[in-house]
Amino acid sequence: MTITIEVSRLGLLYDKSAKALDDVTFRMEGGKIYGLLGRNGSGKTSLLSILASFQQQTSGEVRIDGEAPYENERIVNQVCFIQENGYLSESFKVRDVIKLASDCWPNWDADYADRLLNQFELPAKKQIMALSRGMKSALGVTIGLASRAPITIFDEAYLGMDAPSRYYFYEELLKDYMEHPRTIILSTHLIEEVSDLFEEVLILDKGKLVLQEEADKLRSRGSAIIGPADAVDQFAEGLTILSEQKLGGTKSITVFGELGAEREKRATADGLTIGPVSLQDLFVHLTRKGIGSDERKHG
Amino acid sequence: MFDDRSPIYQQIADGIKNDIVSGVLGEEEQVMSTNQYAAFYRINPATAAKGFQLLTDEGILYKKRGIGMFVSPQAKGMLLEQRRERFFEEVVDKMAAEAKVIGIPVMDIVKRLEQLNGGEEQ
Repeated sequence: MTITIEVSRLGLLYDKSAKALDDVTFRMEGGKIYGLLGRNGSGKTSLLSILASFQQQTSGEVRIDGEAPYENERIVNQVCFIQENGYLSESFKVRDVIKLASDCWPNWDADYADRLLNQFELPAKKQIMALSRGMKSALGVTIGLASRAPITIFDEAYLGMDAPSRYYFYEELLKDYMEHPRTIILSTHLIEEVSDLFEEVLILDKGKLVLQEEADKLRSRGSAIIGPADAVDQFAEGLTILSEQKLGGTKSITVFGELGAEREKRATADGLTIGPVSLQDLFVHLTRKGIGSDERKHG
Repeated sequence: MFDDRSPIYQQIADGIKNDIVSGVLGEEEQVMSTNQYAAFYRINPATAAKGFQLLTDEGILYKKRGIGMFVSPQAKGMLLEQRRERFFEEVVDKMAAEAKVIGIPVMDIVKRLEQLNGGEEQ
């Protein structure tokens, strides 16, 4: 069973002037892995904590499985929200946290949780305060995976883990997701590492939704063009330029938008090289200061 | 793993095509599932499925309901024909253009090809 998330004109005010979220509208079909990307302070955690009923919006609507989630018992235990430092009490032991989690999530898989604890070498008797940053992250990841919640959110939850543990997490996440399809939302700064896991990507910037798009499509819309400056300029006419650099007579630009077969052919004839742009680079260019937001918005 | 210009699903499709042309995957043979592909390359299964969709649309693979994906009986023939069609445009023309730029006479290329093919030709 998968659950749809609908967000409409969502707004959140910190105080009277500062908007954490500004008129955000999107729909997340159930059963996909989503990447939520944004710079620090872009509103990611605000958005996710509203989805998880940790706080209430100032304006607009959220519907999870058709209902408003805030203080809604039926919805609350369908959403598992894992943050890097989300523990109630530092004096709890690992096994207390696991026990608490198993009571919270109706789909909890105790055997799976044990397996993960084992794999991450997390001692059940240790207090949370005695765990390293990486171990705390691993505990969070364990709870998120074993919850099997129809909507599972990892908000920078695995930043503290070292690379081998993170890679183990990615593999485990993918495997378990395929066996138990559910909605997974990953918010992360380590875009390069996880971008191949995303089916769809949402980018937030300064509280606004910049875009929501299939990851494959988004990737295919970015291109890096390099060649003689004149030829590059000519080629770029009518395209959205995200960045440009010049080195002597050579120019390199990053463009956003379908090139089309015709243009690609012409590029080769003009001595231009077309290369791919990674999701991470696209993200950097799309959220850099000073790029007009209107230009970037596409369906 | 995937740093080519083409999208990942395109690369998966191309990989399967290469396996068919080289004979690693035989006609009527079952192909690994999208989930196996996804786990192996650590990519979203929807991405792997897109690659498979591309191949079914082209008639390279077909689906046996409830069992999985199989290589079509005519797949290899089709792929060989496509590649032969593209061979001159994509391989020979490019080589000729490069040779011109760096000043290699056509006769030298022909000589080289004859050398390479010498054993079989005569």
